[in-house]
Amino acid sequence: MSSSPDLRAAVEEFLYHEADLLDTWRLDEWLALFTDECSYLIPATDRPDGDPFRDLFLVQDDRFLLEQRVESLMTKTAWAESPHSTTRRLIGNVRAADAGDGAVAVQANFIVTRARQSTVDTYPGRYEMLLERGGPAGFRIRMRKAVLALEELRPHGRISIIL
Amino acid sequence: MFDRFIIDDRETPRFRVHRSAMVDPEVLARERAAIFDTCWLYVGHESEVASRHDFRTRRVGGRPVIMTRDAGGQVRVFVNSCPHRGMAVETRSEGNGRFLKCFYHGWSFDTAGNLVAMPDDEAYGPNFDRQNMCLPRPPRVESYRGFVFCNWSSTGPDLATYLGHSRTMIDLVADQSEEGMSVLGGTHLYSMRANWKLLVENSFDAYHAMTTHQRYIEMIKASGRDFSRRQQGPAAAGVARRGPLDLGDGHAVTGSVDTSGGDVMGALGRAFPDEETRARHKARRARLVELYGEEWTNRMLGGRNHLIFPNLFIIDLVMGCTIRTFYPDDPDYMEITAWQLVPNGEDERLRQLRMGNFLTFWGPAGLATPDDVEALERCQKGFAAHQAAPWNDLSRGMNGNPINSEAQMRVFWRRWNELMTGEVLPPEPEVLFDPERDGRRIAGLAAR
Ligand code: FES
Ligand SMILES: [Fe+2]
Repeated sequence: MSSSPDLRAAVEEFLYHEADLLDTWRLDEWLALFTDECSYLIPATDRPDGDPFRDLFLVQDDRFLLEQRVESLMTKTAWAESPHSTTRRLIGNVRAADAGDGAVAVQANFIVTRARQSTVDTYPGRYEMLLERGGPAGFRIRMRKAVLALEELRPHGRISIIL
Repeated sequence: MFDRFIIDDRETPRFRVHRSAMVDPEVLARERAAIFDTCWLYVGHESEVASRHDFRTRRVGGRPVIMTRDAGGQVRVFVNSCPHRGMAVETRSEGNGRFLKCFYHGWSFDTAGNLVAMPDDEAYGPNFDRQNMCLPRPPRVESYRGFVFCNWSSTGPDLATYLGHSRTMIDLVADQSEEGMSVLGGTHLYSMRANWKLLVENSFDAYHAMTTHQRYIEMIKASGRDFSRRQQGPAAAGVARRGPLDLGDGHAVTGSVDTSGGDVMGALGRAFPDEETRARHKARRARLVELYGEEWTNRMLGGRNHLIFPNLFIIDLVMGCTIRTFYPDDPDYMEITAWQLVPNGEDERLRQLRMGNFLTFWGPAGLATPDDVEALERCQKGFAAHQAAPWNDLSRGMNGNPINSEAQMRVFWRRWNELMTGEVLPPEPEVLFDPERDGRRIAGLAAR
């Protein structure tokens, strides 16, 4: 993936903004970054290249499910995140390339830490995203896939935050 | 080790489990010997090795195994340990190849486990017993309708006898497609910082659904599912809850009967996205009725949470079906593996709806399971005070309420207690499976 410095800088800025919204639990603002037709995906750890129409995934949200996920995480009855955990996201190795029709294909590495009730879990992985130019934040997210660099979800046991 | 784990008092009535069962390392050591080394344990589904020379590796009862399909098409299970010096022969979780090669000294085996090559073969001389230097096997391996099990003990009942009435519950799943059932690619490999028996209870605990899974239920309501009617009567939402059934030997099931004629998809499924999808579900139902009749089809499409003692669940909620098994590594830590089982040849729209429902409900990143993980881990935290607060209560429904009952959990615990202590507690007669009342599989697909 070729990456012009200007495009990469703009995408990095966007990814840092997104990470900050998630770390500060401003999930409504985060949801507003998505296009009306969108997807948020996490493949199973043993099928990182899985096909969402054929293979079992960990997350396969369309707009409806993503809204439900975000809304529920802001209620008290999302027990796994009530009270909210403390998360920090490191994002690096960002690459961005034009994907035609004004869209931008993005790859980036991430490490997300989640601290809660005396345990800290670490989620490493890679983002693959398809962005559209526009909107107050500079881009809108059409597709956002988080591919975990884990063989299994152990000892984490869950992904209750947004990765 | 504390040895009075259960109080099963039918008079009061009261059923209690001592919390030391969830924290004591001696209990876990005894469980390994008395339960996991004597019971039939789930290895995998035959569809996971669909083609000749496919293999899968996994741990079963703490031991590494390989499941293969050999050149003749037969499914085999081996201990994943080289007969030479013990190396785990294959470490990839899945693959395909005619030979399983141990890299340490280079011995190779075919997918039927036979030793086929060893470097510097002459150095062993002509009398060396090459025949018996095959991949070792668990003492017993048997399967029922595609579900492959092994047993680490060479004595005890065969698989069919062990399963008993559980076979009927497996039939209700295995008969759902004329083209057979398959496990999809992609596995949920997760864990909980909690005792494994809490997940036995939780996997068929209807009591917690409305409180723990409030946000999941909000989601299915938002999808258009009219959930409120469910509160007004057992059959109002199209699915009638049946009480738990004791299938014998620690196996138990809770289930429902579809009363909607295919208008809804199980008790916890999302609404059909459109009329066309509903019509396709009804068409599928009509075919099942042709094959099995109304009554059995309504059982099939009612769904069920089925425990095969000690640690295998086949949970079919119509909207999706999971195979789930789990093992303790420590008293307060278990590893869980869950697969998705689907009917072959399923309509494309129904398949997409099924796959979406599956991971939203059962997935460790869905809208329900993370809250189960949270609940069980917090119970385990509470057990740190088990000396001061020693008892769990599982009395619900003992007072003659066979529908809103947790008798299924008591069935598990009585069998667990029997294997651990030798104490035999009588079953609850009103929940014993009765083929006359509870149905019998009629000659269908598998009979052909
Ligand atoms: S241990 Fe396998 S060849 Fe020696
Ligand atoms: Fe649950």
